[in-house]
Amino acid sequence: MPLAVELRGVSFGYDGPLVLRDVDLAIERAEFVAVAGPNGGGKTTLVRLILGLEEPTQGEALLFGERATRFSQRSRIGYLAQRAQLGVDAPVTVREVVSAGRVAAGGLIGRATRGDRTIVAEAIERVGLAPLADRPIKRLSGGQQQRAFIAKALATQPSLLVLDEPTTGVDVEAQEALAALLDELHRQLEVTVLYVSHEFGAVERFVERLVLVRGTIVFDGSPSDLPQIWHDPSHAHA
Amino acid sequence: MLELEFMRLALATGAVIGVLAPAVGFFLVQRRLSLIGDGIGHVAFAGVALAYLADLPVIATALAVAIVGALAIEWLRASGTAAADQALAIVFYVGIAAGVVGVSLAGALDVQLFSFLFGSILTTTRMDFVTVALLGAGALVIIALLYRALVAVTLDEEGARVAGVPVAALNVTTAVLAALTVAISMRIVGILLIAALMVLPVIAASRLAWSMRSTILLAMAIGLGSVLSGLTAAYYGDLPPGGTIVLVAAAAVLVAAGAGRVIRA
Repeated sequence: MPLAVELRGVSFGYDGPLVLRDVDLAIERAEFVAVAGPNGGGKTTLVRLILGLEEPTQGEALLFGERATRFSQRSRIGYLAQRAQLGVDAPVTVREVVSAGRVAAGGLIGRATRGDRTIVAEAIERVGLAPLADRPIKRLSGGQQQRAFIAKALATQPSLLVLDEPTTGVDVEAQEALAALLDELHRQLEVTVLYVSHEFGAVERFVERLVLVRGTIVFDGSPSDLPQIWHDPSHAHA
Repeated sequence: MLELEFMRLALATGAVIGVLAPAVGFFLVQRRLSLIGDGIGHVAFAGVALAYLADLPVIATALAVAIVGALAIEWLRASGTAAADQALAIVFYVGIAAGVVGVSLAGALDVQLFSFLFGSILTTTRMDFVTVALLGAGALVIIALLYRALVAVTLDEEGARVAGVPVAALNVTTAVLAALTVAISMRIVGILLIAALMVLPVIAASRLAWSMRSTILLAMAIGLGSVLSGLTAAYYGDLPPGGTIVLVAAAAVLVAAGAGRVIRA
């Protein structure tokens, strides 16, 4: 069975110097992996390569065994973008946000089916927002809004859940709650989770594997094997 | 007023435009692309000039040229060749310049041209109404069928792309719908004012609504009300219809903003 994510000798630059160099990464199905590193270290570029939004300058990026840029089963990916927020003026309810995540998997044309509505309701229930499902999302706290966006990613019923800086603008308490929620979802749904953040404190006790990126992969292993110096936030931001 | 056929035709045609313009404008406003309608309007002006020069049907020619302009804006924006505002500026100025030169060459700087730019009650024919009704109904059906996908792209374009939603095709569809709306609206509202009818009812609705769905439905109702009351005021006050309709829609924004504050207090 192919790996969920596989990068082989990947290098990448945006019309200039390489942002990432010689990256080899293999992520098994149902793994919970944190990708951390300093801002500007290439984490978001790594995510874009994994998702097939960018073509590697060198090497090969595969998703479930297929070339990532031509991946044919995109609805298997649940994605929470960096600084996920609504750029729209109109009030948008939690249910509408989550329903938008169901479009690719449920079909583009016509009304949502009863099955789609059930899956959306279940996703909202899983993140604990059922009582707030029909409330405009802008009236929710930062942590609740992130939960809504995670529910949107879950509505695709993903095999791979990718979260890019999911704790931006969220207080410490909500970060802890978010990490616990991701752990629960990972265990219940057996989904591959890729948690990308400039710091990994919130998820350290839940993840099976930690990947540190600084232009290339400088550490790949269990968080417990991480040299103590890397736990120092000043090092991570250096 | 209703005993006059030209008013019945103007009201019936205006009703279609009043519902369609905010429905299309909703997706532009939410994506911070409110001025695209204006840009397409200026390109449609070049289409009117071309129709005069080549003796072609005005609405069909304006529609074809507006679609080309809308696709050019979308291509410039999506390809990153120019930032969204610069893409709009390029098409905007080329459109108005080509329109002025073309109309001048055709010797058509007359009252009829003025009616295309700012709208007229008197010029709507039965054929216009049938054209607007058919194209408008078609556009509304497309919006209804693609509503969920258009919302998904509006809320999170990159997320939709990652999930496999055909974002580029949906953006092109939105651009073509905007061009269609501009072209079929020029008899009543005028190509230089139609963009306002795509934007103002949506702004008003978003001050009162509680969800995306309620926003678009309320915007369509406000658009319809603005057109019907604006045309009525234009008839009794001997005013230009396009400008009157837009002023009514602007008043709706003020009323909605005040009412919204009271509701949320």
